[in-house]
Amino acid sequence: MELSGGQILVQCLKDEGVEFVFGYPGGSVLHIYDAIFHQDDVKHILVRHEQGATHSADAYARATGKPGVVLVTSGPGATNAVTGIATAYMDSIPMVIISGQVPSPVIGSDAFQEVDTVGITRPCVKHNFLVKDVNQLAETIKKAFYVATTGRPGPVLVDVPKDITDPNIKIPYKYPKKVSMRSYNPVVTGHKGQIKRAVEMLLCAQRPMIYSGGGVILGEAHEELTELTRMLGYPITNTLMGLGGYPATDKQFVGMLGMHGTYEANMGMHEADVILAVGARFDDRVTGKLAEFCPYAKIVHIDVDPASISKTVKVDVPIVGEVKPVLQQMIELIKDSKTKPSKAALESWWQLIQSWRDVNCLEYDRESRIIKPQYVVEQLYEVTNGNAFVTSDVGQHQMYAAQYYKFDKPRRWINSGGLGTMGFGLPAAIGVKLAFPEADVACITGEASIQMCIQELSTALQYNTPVKIVNLNNRYMGMVRQWQEFSYQSRYSHSYMDTIPDFVKLAEAYGHVGIRVEKPEEVRDALKQAFEMKDRTVFLDFITDRTENVYPMIEAGKAHHDMKLRVAPGTPVERELS
Amino acid sequence: MRHIISILIENESGALSRVAGLFSARGYNIESLTVAPTEDPSLSRMTLVTSGSDEIIEQITKQLNKLIDVVKLIDLAESAHIERELMLVKIKTTHETREEVKRMVDIFRGKIIDVTPNSYVVEMTGQSNKLDAFIHGFEEGSIIEVARSGPTGISRGEKGLHL
Ligand SMILES: Cc1cc2nc3c(=O)[nH]c(=O)nc-3n(C[C@H](O)[C@H](O)[C@H](O)COP(=O)(O)OP(=O)(O)OC[C@H]3O[C@@H](n4cnc5c(N)ncnc54)[C@H](O)[C@@H]3O)c2cc1C
Ligand SMILES: Cc1ncc(C[n+]2csc(CCOP(=O)(O)OP(=O)(O)O)c2C)c(N)n1
Ligand SMILES: [Mg+2]
Repeated sequence: MELSGGQILVQCLKDEGVEFVFGYPGGSVLHIYDAIFHQDDVKHILVRHEQGATHSADAYARATGKPGVVLVTSGPGATNAVTGIATAYMDSIPMVIISGQVPSPVIGSDAFQEVDTVGITRPCVKHNFLVKDVNQLAETIKKAFYVATTGRPGPVLVDVPKDITDPNIKIPYKYPKKVSMRSYNPVVTGHKGQIKRAVEMLLCAQRPMIYSGGGVILGEAHEELTELTRMLGYPITNTLMGLGGYPATDKQFVGMLGMHGTYEANMGMHEADVILAVGARFDDRVTGKLAEFCPYAKIVHIDVDPASISKTVKVDVPIVGEVKPVLQQMIELIKDSKTKPSKAALESWWQLIQSWRDVNCLEYDRESRIIKPQYVVEQLYEVTNGNAFVTSDVGQHQMYAAQYYKFDKPRRWINSGGLGTMGFGLPAAIGVKLAFPEADVACITGEASIQMCIQELSTALQYNTPVKIVNLNNRYMGMVRQWQEFSYQSRYSHSYMDTIPDFVKLAEAYGHVGIRVEKPEEVRDALKQAFEMKDRTVFLDFITDRTENVYPMIEAGKAHHDMKLRVAPGTPVERELS
Repeated sequence: MRHIISILIENESGALSRVAGLFSARGYNIESLTVAPTEDPSLSRMTLVTSGSDEIIEQITKQLNKLIDVVKLIDLAESAHIERELMLVKIKTTHETREEVKRMVDIFRGKIIDVTPNSYVVEMTGQSNKLDAFIHGFEEGSIIEVARSGPTGISRGEKGLHL
């Protein structure tokens, strides 16, 4: 089969099993777009801004586990994609970005719409390639998918000069079944001796805690994690990225940890004597003050990326490997082991945890006559039976979503954790809805975030992706306002906008349904109504309490046991440490 | 502590900037960097001198290993090794000082490889501190220019850094 570079590119995507390409055309990719025109196996989703393309593709990957694919033109197309590429990079999301480039002979001459895309994206991709010869195109695309999806996943960019896709130059095409790279050999199984040491340490623990993160979701290891945790009977906490890796409604789950984690999760970490960290990277939002992080604990850390291990927190038993096989091995060893977890120790540990739980750190004013954002999330949970895919933007609403929507399954909670990219939520919801047209998809957002990619409402209409936008409209950049309240004596410098659009009219202008909700008693019905409109995108504008804050909170530079709570716990918790 | 990290890296156009970018992005200290193709033209060998605490050096080697273009690396400081740097130095000479300069070059086992009535070019290899000592042996103003390669190194014994 003889094909041009443009045709090869599209054929590669087809052979790779790509369902959707999220993109936006321009001069340097016109040959590719012409090849797309002649087929319909790979569906192209025309976004309204390249940032939207990257977030939609990224969320598609988060929801399905398959790599997301993006196609953008050179220059501004590529620079517009950078925010989304960095977002995927920080959360280790597999993605392949194809960017057009000016023709090879003029590279470096400041040609029209030329930027050094490989240079600009280098620090925020797992790897990138510049294709220099059409004969290497197919292999490069294969390598891009291989690198993006193996080891610690991440975005890979392929920069394709226009002459490479010239329709007049045809060459024989064959998509390689496999590629190998001598410089890239990710580790899969963990070191047996280390795994044994880890199991021994775990079984002898008096106050154990399992701390799992995004690696469990990325590595499809939720079943193994659940089995191990239940077998041991130990408490488990998840990072923001790890939510859904263990069922949130299970009694062993103590909630999210970190800056806005629960009292019980953070106190549990602080008092623990053995911590099993699974696919989590000890982010500063999780650890708080490093010098006082988990002062009594020995730490086991499973991670596929050696560079994640002992990066910020020195660990005692490092295990480099994929979570799934490592957890399987651990489960086998625990089954065979004569040592069993100490019942007595575990019982008093759970008692202590119960006393922290009794603080009820997520309680809020349920009698309020103004809509509380927490209430909206709780109602969303009920109306969707806990089964929705929930995307979010960045801010207070993101934290309410994480705290009050109980995710029992992986890949249902889709948010930008590492980069914290406002504008992520709406295009993300579209990407998820395309992957799962029958599922309920909600985007929890704020009036500031939603405006960063609002133009994607138009994409939602074109491709009929009926998502439900849950706007927690507090007329503030709430998260910024909260920090200003706590740390800047309430000097609210530029954390609100004097003009906020009428979101109902805005939704209607884009061809969707808009509903404004101002009273707590209307919340549930409005949500129900929205989800009953199966084939319409609905923008729910909830006018929420402007003054509400996210609690608990570990302020910057503070340690886990030093949490700001909504209500100071009545009697201080008795600490019984052996 | 000072570390010499030797890296085998794909001989690709972007490879050098990936390494340099890593150091600037993560704020690692970089004292010198040399790079040239090996006997296998598809591979380059890079020698990088850096310093930092054990934790930082551990992160540096992990992050370097993580670069897709990096095939292999070793930290030479971890075992017995040989370290050399090449220096070319142009020295002002006068009729009176020529003999003295030549004597210095001999003591340091250098070679005079270019001569004009008013200058010598000296070639010298050795450990970096030897080259420093040579330069410090001259009066201010007598050195016209110095071109140094930065150290490169190799481990002692039969084991080596290869594919
Ligand atoms: C406003 C805001 C507030 C936040 N507050 C909090 C908070 O209170 N609590 C909180 O937890 N986070 C919070 N975050 C998120 C935080 O910034 C980090 O994104 C998050 O904590 C990182 O999660 P993680 O440790 O699970 O790592 P991830 O970023 O999910 O990284 C996954 C880790 O797993 C490894 N891995 C990947 N695949 C595998 C595999 N197959 N096998 C083994 N290992 C694998 C990777 O190498 C990596 O080390 C907040 C973010 C924002 C924007
Ligand atoms: C692109 C981008 N710019 C700035 C920020 C900093 N930031 C974090 S939260 C936030 C406010 C978000 O406001 P809103 O969307 O209304 O959410 P709320 O906190 O009110 O729920 C800002 C500005 C960011 N995370 N992303
Ligand atoms: Mg807001």
